[in-house]
Amino acid sequence: MQIQILFATLVALSVIGYLAGRSRAVAAAAGRTRTLHSLPRYHGIYVALWCGLPALLVSVLWLVIEPRVAEWLLMSQLPPGARELAPDRLALLLADIKNLAAGDIVSREVEPALRRASEAYASIRRTSQTALLVVGLALALAGLAVGRRTISPSFRARNKVERVVTVVMIAASLVAILTTVGIVLSLLFEALRFFGKVPASEFLFGLQWSPQTALREDQVGASGAFGAVPLFLGTLLITAIAMCVAVPIGLFSAIYMSEYASPRFRAAIKPTLEILAGIPTVVYGVFAALTMAPFFRGLGESAGLDVSSESALAAGVVMGIMIIPFVSSLSDDVMNAVPQSLRDGSYALGATKSETIAQVVVPAALPGIVGSVLLAVSRAIGETMIVVMAAGLAANLTINPLEAVTTVTVQIVTLLVGDQEFDSAKTLAAFALGLALFAITLALNVVALQVVRRYREKYD
Amino acid sequence: MTDVIAPGPARKTDLSAKRLKRRYAAEARFRAYGLLAILAAVAVLGLLLSSVVIRGYTAFTQTEIAFEIHFDQEVIDPEGSRDPATLAQGDYQLLVKRALYELFPEVTKRREKRRLAGLVSSGAGFTLRAMVTDDADLIGRRQKVWVKSSDDVDSFVKGFIDRDLPAADRRIKDDEIAWIDALANRGDVATRFNSTFFTTGDSREPEQAGILGAAVGSFLTLVVTLLLSFPLGVLAAVYLEEFAPKNRWTDLIEVNINNLAAVPSIIFGLLGLAVFLNFMGLPRSAPLVGGMVLALMTLPTVIIAARAAFASVPPSIREAALGIGASKLQTVTHHVLPLALPGVLTGTIIGMARALGETAPLLLIGMVAFVVDIPGSLSDPATVLPVQIYIWVDSPERAFVAKTGAAIMVLLAFLIAMNALAVVLRKRFERRW
Repeated sequence: MQIQILFATLVALSVIGYLAGRSRAVAAAAGRTRTLHSLPRYHGIYVALWCGLPALLVSVLWLVIEPRVAEWLLMSQLPPGARELAPDRLALLLADIKNLAAGDIVSREVEPALRRASEAYASIRRTSQTALLVVGLALALAGLAVGRRTISPSFRARNKVERVVTVVMIAASLVAILTTVGIVLSLLFEALRFFGKVPASEFLFGLQWSPQTALREDQVGASGAFGAVPLFLGTLLITAIAMCVAVPIGLFSAIYMSEYASPRFRAAIKPTLEILAGIPTVVYGVFAALTMAPFFRGLGESAGLDVSSESALAAGVVMGIMIIPFVSSLSDDVMNAVPQSLRDGSYALGATKSETIAQVVVPAALPGIVGSVLLAVSRAIGETMIVVMAAGLAANLTINPLEAVTTVTVQIVTLLVGDQEFDSAKTLAAFALGLALFAITLALNVVALQVVRRYREKYD
Repeated sequence: MTDVIAPGPARKTDLSAKRLKRRYAAEARFRAYGLLAILAAVAVLGLLLSSVVIRGYTAFTQTEIAFEIHFDQEVIDPEGSRDPATLAQGDYQLLVKRALYELFPEVTKRREKRRLAGLVSSGAGFTLRAMVTDDADLIGRRQKVWVKSSDDVDSFVKGFIDRDLPAADRRIKDDEIAWIDALANRGDVATRFNSTFFTTGDSREPEQAGILGAAVGSFLTLVVTLLLSFPLGVLAAVYLEEFAPKNRWTDLIEVNINNLAAVPSIIFGLLGLAVFLNFMGLPRSAPLVGGMVLALMTLPTVIIAARAAFASVPPSIREAALGIGASKLQTVTHHVLPLALPGVLTGTIIGMARALGETAPLLLIGMVAFVVDIPGSLSDPATVLPVQIYIWVDSPERAFVAKTGAAIMVLLAFLIAMNALAVVLRKRFERRW
């Protein structure tokens, strides 16, 4: 609650700073504002920044660090017996103390010692929040004074403000880099911990996937197997089925749209196909699980085949439908970019339209088409909801599309949804799978984007 | 050029005509393949949408049963105090049961009685309680009340359960059918608009489950996503397009943004789990964390769209502003940004629409919890529309399948509205230079 008060006060003080800075600038110029280097409002913003920014930065830093410091203080006050508990028991005890301090229910009986600890913790938190309020307000007021004092007619307020804005903009564009770094680091870090428990060679080449960890040592099936080959193969199988659907339909749609269709037909059809890309994947998942899977099962039964109700076929076909627009849209663009002169040359030699397309336009556009297909493959490999809902959980080592297979993304979701302990090989395995997924899709994307870009340059 | 081309041997015209015919046939075939591919794609789209509608439209209505209820003072308010706390605790479900037993006095066996009581929703008591809380004078009186039927009765009345099946294969037994028919003959069974679906959160009972909780969760999540990704995206795009020098660093940022846009969404879920939940200790299942994850995911889309919008503003406008003494930042904020804003907003809305339909990353940060309450703040446990659909598909009750279809329709309606808004913005405000 005090944090909201603090932020509201900071905003109010910044507004006051803005008004004060502006009026001070006008006063410094004795009313003739054109003698000022910067417009009065820049002086206002300058003071407001001095008032708000340092205080804001300090409070955010405080909010990040404070819980850790408070926990450390609490630890030092615990009786010695408690400090020697196993890490997970200790974490539970700390969570209980915190819940008690916040007035929530706790998972154990409230002993006097526990109550004392929670009261101590609550008082630490109270003190620190009050301290934050005081420090924040003091910083804001000091900033207000400093900012106000620097104002003079020749003061370059605009340049200073613009420099701050530039820094903020650079920081914003670094968020994208930070995201990538965060992804790589978090995946790598957890995956390395996983490879500390399970050798990388077993993960990459093992043929058994049964990621349960034992509660007791002597349990049946106690040793989980973490061979990811069945998952990679399953992913590959479903992706291959998807591409068998998406590439012919997408490519022929693109050819028709770019070479045959009238502008009006094209204007109507292109957005219609792109609707397919805009439909949420969970909707495709429902479609695959409730419509396509029973349909294929019935079809198989009437043909005397045994089709699993979670067959790779249903998931793959629906995924193929989803990525049709990824193939068709980009292929359409690259075929449109093929210069008309190539087509005219071919017609002049007497080729029909289809011969021109098959022997001139498509080969000329081939790099772009390959790029679009690669992007579609990367999309299919990383797709989650369709396979979670329509493909199975059993890690079968098979390439029979009528059987149930599982994929990398399905296993990531299964391993991480629900209750989890964070240190077990089971949970960490999900991050290792994530790392593999990230590496594969990244490689595909880089190659595809390179191919497309180089191709664009060729005809520009 | 005096060479005279020697006349070749006379062509066999019939052969060439034959070949020409074959080539034209190939041409027609090729063209037909193209058309067929497009038709197939459109047909599949139609199949997909119609399967949703056919499955889901029944969930917008709900079967209700009417019978006379005696608001017995003995049950609700034995002391006659009319105290709201006492009234809230009365056993209203007992009133419903008694009314049903009264209606069918021939039912005496315990098991049959339980089945009879099972005709109506276990939430029927709440309807009565709400009535009594509104009007305490009802106590002691008799009144005809419409209450929701149970989900099986609902499916039966809507025709999803075939009464010609052998009784063992039906979820509705023969005596239940007889009771329903008896009620229907008196005109006391009706299918009405299901307002519960739009006004409540999730429930274990299909007839009491609604999507308001998920919709509010989606709204809160999207607010966080918008508040983070729009300013960050615009600032980054302005810097990269208008200020950044062309060097290896900005090249790196650009390549990085393009690649980030193609990273599978589930990877962002792993990032959120590792960084936001485990490292920063933010609450699980909260719209705050969901919004942050989705913001990181949509940021590249917003940046790319915004850069394209900035790039389409002609340089002459910048030069004119710089020429009359504006600073670079003033040029951007006073001229380039306002002119590019429709394009930026269009891109942002499309990014938001993608975020609204996203499921996988939210599963990993725990937004897949069973949440009955409607979330009131950014740190309350919540779920979102696509995840709600996923939860319902996995539920065993048949009635949830219809709910799934209805929820998809609501989700698609939101998506269509957002995309329509983007199209309108583009058509109305986009300027071609």
